[in-house]
Amino acid sequence: MRLTLHIWRQKSPTDKGRMVPYTLDSVSGHMSFLEMLDVLNEQLIGKGEEPVAFDHDCREGICGSCGFVINGVAHGPRRGTTVCQLHMREFEDNAELYLEPWRAAAFPVIKDLVVNRSAFDRIIASGGYISVPTGSAPDGNAIPVPKQDSDMAMAAATCIGCGACVAACPNASASLFTSAKISHLGLLPQGQPERHSRAVRMVAQAKDEGFGNCTNIGECEAVCPKGIQIENIARMNRDFIAGAAAYREAQAEAGAG
Amino acid sequence: MSSSASTLARAARLYEAPVGKKAVMAISGVILFGFVLGHMLGNLQIFLPPGIDGKFPIDAYGEALRHNQPLLYGTRVVLLIAVIAHIISAIQLATLKIAARPVAYARYTPIASSYASRTMYWSGPILAAFIVYHLLHFTTGTVHPSFRDLHVHDNVIAGFSVWYVSAFYILAMVLLCLHLYHGIWSMTQSVGFSHPTYTPKIKLGAKAFAIVIAAGNISIPLSVLFGVVK
Repeated sequence: MRLTLHIWRQKSPTDKGRMVPYTLDSVSGHMSFLEMLDVLNEQLIGKGEEPVAFDHDCREGICGSCGFVINGVAHGPRRGTTVCQLHMREFEDNAELYLEPWRAAAFPVIKDLVVNRSAFDRIIASGGYISVPTGSAPDGNAIPVPKQDSDMAMAAATCIGCGACVAACPNASASLFTSAKISHLGLLPQGQPERHSRAVRMVAQAKDEGFGNCTNIGECEAVCPKGIQIENIARMNRDFIAGAAAYREAQAEAGAG
Repeated sequence: MSSSASTLARAARLYEAPVGKKAVMAISGVILFGFVLGHMLGNLQIFLPPGIDGKFPIDAYGEALRHNQPLLYGTRVVLLIAVIAHIISAIQLATLKIAARPVAYARYTPIASSYASRTMYWSGPILAAFIVYHLLHFTTGTVHPSFRDLHVHDNVIAGFSVWYVSAFYILAMVLLCLHLYHGIWSMTQSVGFSHPTYTPKIKLGAKAFAIVIAAGNISIPLSVLFGVVK
């Protein structure tokens, strides 16, 4: 098959960037989207041009490294699939495809389709942890966990942090990511001590990073390769409101953890 | 630790965070939703025939409201506060939205969201302008051709007999329908309620309320234009 690709080319974070058209022949339907870009890059290198930079690592849909917007949809047209697991058979011959990086102030473009997602790491660092005693491993069944809670926590924990939710959101909100991280800890007994302060800290960090607010429109859950649901965002809102409303200053210097 | 502690203290002021602003949107929104529902039910009295004393029920209703000053001014104060809170948080959230995506997509294809949900920032301000006009039209009578205080029935007939005024009212009610279509269920999500059993039912109820309120209100100018109500 033959493709016309319009790809966002940006040399550096400070470069203005622009869409550049390329045509690519003899694309096989069995190629993954990234393999198709590999072929394009081989041709560009052969011509002495700069290859298109894109993030990738495992290429089996589980690491969260890859992803860009294809014709206005994060990770492209196939639901529940990262770009690396998207195959060219999803597209028509002579298709015209627009490839753009995740666009958000909090995700500055490093080069071409590669964005800096360190903002997600800082959101995790602000509260995405639990406090546990070090030492020998606890007995696996010492703390009973309701089945429905463990199911919801595990579903939230499948988030790979790819950033598609931010890319698809018209407000560039990180609410789906943040709420998935808040939920997978906050639903389990081990996550209870920091449950409310976690929600308050992580929501505050997401705002400080420059992500927008959630308007409950649901584009994020539609593009999420792991099927994370916006029910998690309601849980985040609930924990945040409870945590922020009940906040009080520490009463003593010592006593933490 | 000190920086994270200060972040905590700062965010603890509920309204500081977008989630808090959305909660304000939700709470002010539910007040305004309750009002438009009651307002529509009150307005439908235009279809009731005059009593034996020749007085229209909607005129008597207007007088009853006017003479119950605590109710009238209590409602006006609550509504004014709700409207101001709704508008201010909307402006602040819109500012945040614009700053969060400085470079727009060349192609952006919505795949899941409703038209209503994506146009809240359009339907809202147009409705605000409509409400100002509506108050000048039927409350103060400033822009009404033949306004007579407390003659509600006659004012409505005269007001809606102008076809382009009726057209603007109908357009505004279509936008209100869209705004409520997303807003009524969205506020439950904003205050943290979501459940696979109840949320689909809430969404269905939101659509029903949005359509009933808009249809009820639209029926009034249409009935005047087509001579059903005289």
